[in-house]
Amino acid sequence: MKVSEKLHEAKSGDNSENLSAAGKLAYYPGCSLKGTSFEYEVSLLRILEALNIEVKEIPDWNCCGASAAHSINHNLAVALPARNLAIAENGGYESVLAPCAACSNRLKSADYELKTDEILKKKITDSIEMPYNSEMSINNMLEFLIGVVGKDKIKTLVKKPLSGLKVASYYGCLLVRPPKIMQFDDPENPVTMDELVAITGAEPVDYSFKTECCGAINSLSKPDVVMALTGNVLYDIKKHGADLVVVACPLCHSNLDVRQREIERKYDEKLGLPVLFITELLGLSFGIDPKDLAIDGHMVAADRVLKKIEELSK
Amino acid sequence: MARIGVFVCWCGSNIAGTVDVEKVREEAAKIPGVVSALDYKYMCSDPGQNSLRNIIKEKNLTGIVLAACSPHMHENTFRKAAAKEGLNPYFVEIANIREQVSWVHENKERATAKAVDLMKMMVEKVKRDKPIEDVRVPLNKKALVIGGGIAGIQAALDIANGGVEVILVEKEPSIGGKMIQLDETFPTLDCSSCIMTPKMVEANQHPNIKLYTYSEVEDISGYIGNFKIRIKKKARSVIEKDCTGCGECWNACPMHKNIKSEFNVNLSERTAIYVPFPQAVPLVPVLDRSVCLHFKKGGKCQKCYDACGPKCINFDLQDEIIEETVGAIVASTGYDLMDTSMYGEYGYGKYKDVVSGLQFERLLSASGPTEGVIKRPSDGKTPQTIVFVQCVGSRDPEKGVPYCSKVCCMYTAKHAKLFAHKVHGSQSYVFYIDIRSTSKGYEEFVRSTMEQDGAIYLRGRVSKIYEDDGKLIVKGADTLSGNQVEIAADMVVLATGVIPKQGSDKLAQMLGISYDKYGFFTESHPKLRPAESSTAGIFLAGMAQGPRDIPESVVSGSAAASKILGLFSKNEYEVEGTIANVNESTCVACFYCQRVCAYNAISKKEIKDRSGKLIKVVANVNPGLCTGCGACVNACFSKSIDVKGFMDDQIYAEIKALAI
Repeated sequence: MKVSEKLHEAKSGDNSENLSAAGKLAYYPGCSLKGTSFEYEVSLLRILEALNIEVKEIPDWNCCGASAAHSINHNLAVALPARNLAIAENGGYESVLAPCAACSNRLKSADYELKTDEILKKKITDSIEMPYNSEMSINNMLEFLIGVVGKDKIKTLVKKPLSGLKVASYYGCLLVRPPKIMQFDDPENPVTMDELVAITGAEPVDYSFKTECCGAINSLSKPDVVMALTGNVLYDIKKHGADLVVVACPLCHSNLDVRQREIERKYDEKLGLPVLFITELLGLSFGIDPKDLAIDGHMVAADRVLKKIEELSK
Repeated sequence: MARIGVFVCWCGSNIAGTVDVEKVREEAAKIPGVVSALDYKYMCSDPGQNSLRNIIKEKNLTGIVLAACSPHMHENTFRKAAAKEGLNPYFVEIANIREQVSWVHENKERATAKAVDLMKMMVEKVKRDKPIEDVRVPLNKKALVIGGGIAGIQAALDIANGGVEVILVEKEPSIGGKMIQLDETFPTLDCSSCIMTPKMVEANQHPNIKLYTYSEVEDISGYIGNFKIRIKKKARSVIEKDCTGCGECWNACPMHKNIKSEFNVNLSERTAIYVPFPQAVPLVPVLDRSVCLHFKKGGKCQKCYDACGPKCINFDLQDEIIEETVGAIVASTGYDLMDTSMYGEYGYGKYKDVVSGLQFERLLSASGPTEGVIKRPSDGKTPQTIVFVQCVGSRDPEKGVPYCSKVCCMYTAKHAKLFAHKVHGSQSYVFYIDIRSTSKGYEEFVRSTMEQDGAIYLRGRVSKIYEDDGKLIVKGADTLSGNQVEIAADMVVLATGVIPKQGSDKLAQMLGISYDKYGFFTESHPKLRPAESSTAGIFLAGMAQGPRDIPESVVSGSAAASKILGLFSKNEYEVEGTIANVNESTCVACFYCQRVCAYNAISKKEIKDRSGKLIKVVANVNPGLCTGCGACVNACFSKSIDVKGFMDDQIYAEIKALAI
């Protein structure tokens, strides 16, 4: 049985141990997790350790092509992720975890195109000099946690419920769109991350801009646009009373976290919203030391929230 | 010895422009057995038909071939003309040299050669024709109407007024369908229930109509003239003949919370024993056993029984099965509103004040949950600004359906108009893709909504709706000015698209009629046979066939009724004689034919000797159901089935004619 079928069979089931024991879970970190979002990787590997799940980094992986390749050269945009996928597939893996939303988006898009276009497939497999048969399931962070690990298993590890904490989940665009290719959650009103938040014992906060654009890579070329868009999201979250924000995308994180001080200055209104990766929040609920989750690596300090967690758990 | 006449039609220049008709005639005259060949400008005209009849008489013809247009057009015309001269009508064959030759080819020489070939084939076929008699099927002069909305009621009334008995079956506790839920109707603003209730009452009281509400058709078998119907009359728990509809029972029912009223589209609550609305027909309550305390808590509660004067509540009533035989059926099962959950960005279900068009009808209606005062569901305040979003689900191949739901442009204009009339100083905005208002008085109606009632029409789609400080913020595009717009509204009404009634595909399968990929029933011919289904004796009406408004539904109901009255004006139904025929002496009873027959026309027949001993089982063709499609002929291993008029020797002769 293929991993994808297993996923389908038991959405909340636990297939991780078998797969992990068999060494069938590939991990594609991409550039962000090795650089600007190292906290994401640190916390991810830490919670997987707690869950007793082993993922193996794809050997000799390369850029997924996000941001630049698909707007310049279509073949390159497919070939780059296809090479990573082909290495994994030929290495006998059944499932790929790509925690970065842009990476998972590119990997899934390439896989979709190769699955539906025989001529393109021929061209790409010739140029990467490897066969590829689209036989693996490709998962973003949330899909992996809910579909491969399973809610029930995560629940068993929650030792320090975060009850009393109000958490807003911000999905951004790439996790759920385009829906035809991502095949994941409701593209206009996603709920998967909120479900994970609920498992930690925290209270998911409903607000209006869950999938609104954060401005993405315009952060470098048009920071004003990004501040306006990200500002909309952050102020709406604030208005709905959240203590912090969780994300599953490095670029979202960077805009919401790194630009926050500037946004506060520009709009002259305090935000003070720590932005954590979903893996960090899960880690906290597992009772892992915040330092081991690299929570001190963010621009907006999470101290107040950590203190609140400590107080609530007393 | 065959004496064949060949008639080559010019069809003006339609055929003669591309085919050398004289050459076809000359070639025909050379074929052995052809005693007369003629070409004429219009064979279908009176002089054309007369010359055909004269030649049949003069030359004592045994068969005729017309090289002319498609048999779909004039086969019948020429068969009748031949029959008048005493020739069996099945001795008329058509070589289609218009649709299959002149209209599709350009090269005259090659087109002529093809026309000659087709004509030759038909000459060889007609030489081998055998006389065929049409089959007559007796008719049970009683009709079944499935679905008691406006289309079904209209059909039932028209049939009943024509003196024919009708059985009207409705799934819900009351007839009236969707129309009785509407407030006022476009473009005249008649009150819907005021024009609907008299029809409902008439249907209930008509001596020729037998009404079964809260009932479903469970099984249908048979064929035109002789359909066997099984109806399940669900247990109402109320004895209908004794009930006065006084209302004591539902007033006594303790379950008056948390059960959403289907009639008010979840905007109000109902009791476990209830009538869906005050003008329900019949005015007899239904006990909803899925929520009733008596059934859920072991029979303790019987407050309705205690309150009932005539003691007509009976908790032990069981579902009843009723069997009927009818000669014709009208399928008018209506529609449902599309589920809009795929539009997460519109927040339907999440925000209480985002409602569907049908919910807004209930808010407008005097019999609705707010007694006709527009109050928004969240806090009961009267909205001052409403945004109407058209094409939610319709014309959206990505998320919804590609077709236009047809009624939404008009009902949205009506909603905006009634809102302006009821809440003075209010403002409505309508997001639309196109305005489709093509019937009588419709365009003027939409215009007046814009000009007199001040509705602001914005051409574009809505991208997101969210709540902010008690207002619904509607973000959308105004493509005419090229601007992004944001409107702070008190309420949003989604013009949800229509889809066929849930389960209509199953009914279609039971009836053996075809339906399209959306589930709408397909007419036999979209233009020329719009009231007929693909199966003889089953007719279509109302929205079950596709989106349409009230007048069109009424017309279609009447059309189906008139077809049935026409059918029943004779005592027997004539079926074309070109149907399958089993050679019983060679049939080996494998019944492969039965498996491939799409019309359930083949059954098993036992042949017994004089003493009643079974000798043999053979396949038997039901002439009322057989369409002569020929599938069984191909399936038959022992070559025991033929379709009359298309025998093997005829087909071989045609092929040979082509080869020589």
